[in-house]
Amino acid sequence: MEIAIDKDTCVGAGMCALTAPSVFTQDDDGFSEVLPGREDGGGDPLVREAARACPVGAIALSGD
Amino acid sequence: MTETVAFPQDRTCPYHPPTAYQPLKEERPLSRVTLYDGRDVWVVTGHAAARQLLVDPRLSTDRTNPAFPMTNERFANIRNRRTALLGVDDPEHNVQRRMLIPSFTLKRINALRPQIQETVDRLLDAMVEKGSTAELVSAFALPVPSMVICTLLGVPYEDHDFFEEQSRRLLRGPRAEDSEAARDELHTYLGNLIDSKQKSPGEGLLDDLIAEQYSEGNVDRQDLINLATILLVAGHETTANMISLGTFTLLQHPEQLAELRADSSLMPAAVEELLRFLSIADGLVRVAKEDIEIAGVTIRVDDGVVFSTSVINRDDDTYEEADSLDWHRSVRHHVAFGFGVHQCLGQNLARAEMEIALRTLFERMPDLRLAAPAEEIPFKPGDTLQGMIELPVAW
Repeated sequence: MEIAIDKDTCVGAGMCALTAPSVFTQDDDGFSEVLPGREDGGGDPLVREAARACPVGAIALSGD
Repeated sequence: MTETVAFPQDRTCPYHPPTAYQPLKEERPLSRVTLYDGRDVWVVTGHAAARQLLVDPRLSTDRTNPAFPMTNERFANIRNRRTALLGVDDPEHNVQRRMLIPSFTLKRINALRPQIQETVDRLLDAMVEKGSTAELVSAFALPVPSMVICTLLGVPYEDHDFFEEQSRRLLRGPRAEDSEAARDELHTYLGNLIDSKQKSPGEGLLDDLIAEQYSEGNVDRQDLINLATILLVAGHETTANMISLGTFTLLQHPEQLAELRADSSLMPAAVEELLRFLSIADGLVRVAKEDIEIAGVTIRVDDGVVFSTSVINRDDDTYEEADSLDWHRSVRHHVAFGFGVHQCLGQNLARAEMEIALRTLFERMPDLRLAAPAEEIPFKPGDTLQGMIELPVAW
């Protein structure tokens, strides 16, 4: 799986970091960020939930 | 044609959507309602349609648009004045929001948890010292978020009687003049505070905004006042209602409360379910800037659209047995905080406050109970944030 975050769209709601904390965090400006080493989602099923929870659709997932 | 339902209406039970909204449930995902001024607008009641429309940039939240619908006479005059965040569209909204989000990240909020816990403990100590009964709104539900938002913003808590009263008048009037006067009072107060902070800076988000944004010319004084007002009001009124109504709801659901007491790790899930179940901000308002086709209907340009979060969050297609309170359901995608670019900025602060306040309250007072018959305890009318007006309790 590949995770792409559109930081121009991100509004810093923090839903990704709340939903899948093993994969997402927020940088110092409040924007969504993938944790180092977790760029492939780390097999966490909550990644899809996190993408769906994003209020602005800033997280795009591709591949399995 | 059948008669249109009036919107908003008072709840019959403080934790359920108004029974008068029953026809709206039957007409999901979209139907029509009549506002106080006789205007008919769309009401969104289906969960999928709500998530789709709340991210649609063709729906505007610009209150200066003459076509923007007002759900309440009190706010009719707001359209003449600029507001911050919730009252403006992108790109302007985005600029304002980006100034604030660093202060509301999960990390920053989690760092506040010990301070929230200390505030909660201190207030409960004071209640216990005074005896074995209390009015929980004034003794606990309101001061917790009020103290926390003061610390976060850098507003002196000793002014809380003033800004709590003005917030109440702003949101509940009763008359339009009361709301307007209350807003003027808050603006004057926060303007003076900003001026004095400029001379002698303190610690808080307002001080950061003054140093990093205002001094740099990124935001003017009035915009900063508008931002400070919405942060202060939304920062305490909303969570206060969730704590008071959440406590009342738990006391009325002994089975679920017992489960929660037996296993406090359920608390985050319980807070999420309470947010869905209670949907205290019931009636998000937008106006269409273009025609929008959805669910077989066309929302025309200048049509008003309201989102009834209490009905949306009880959509049976999304939530099984939506009218029951269940800590074990997947509740993640509720719209109690809205959805789209305007989704609540302070949602993770609200979650932390609710978790700590409710957990500690029921730990410290295992025998907590209502001190008056449930049906006699006053709760707020339908045209404002939902919650208890008073909550007499004993332990």
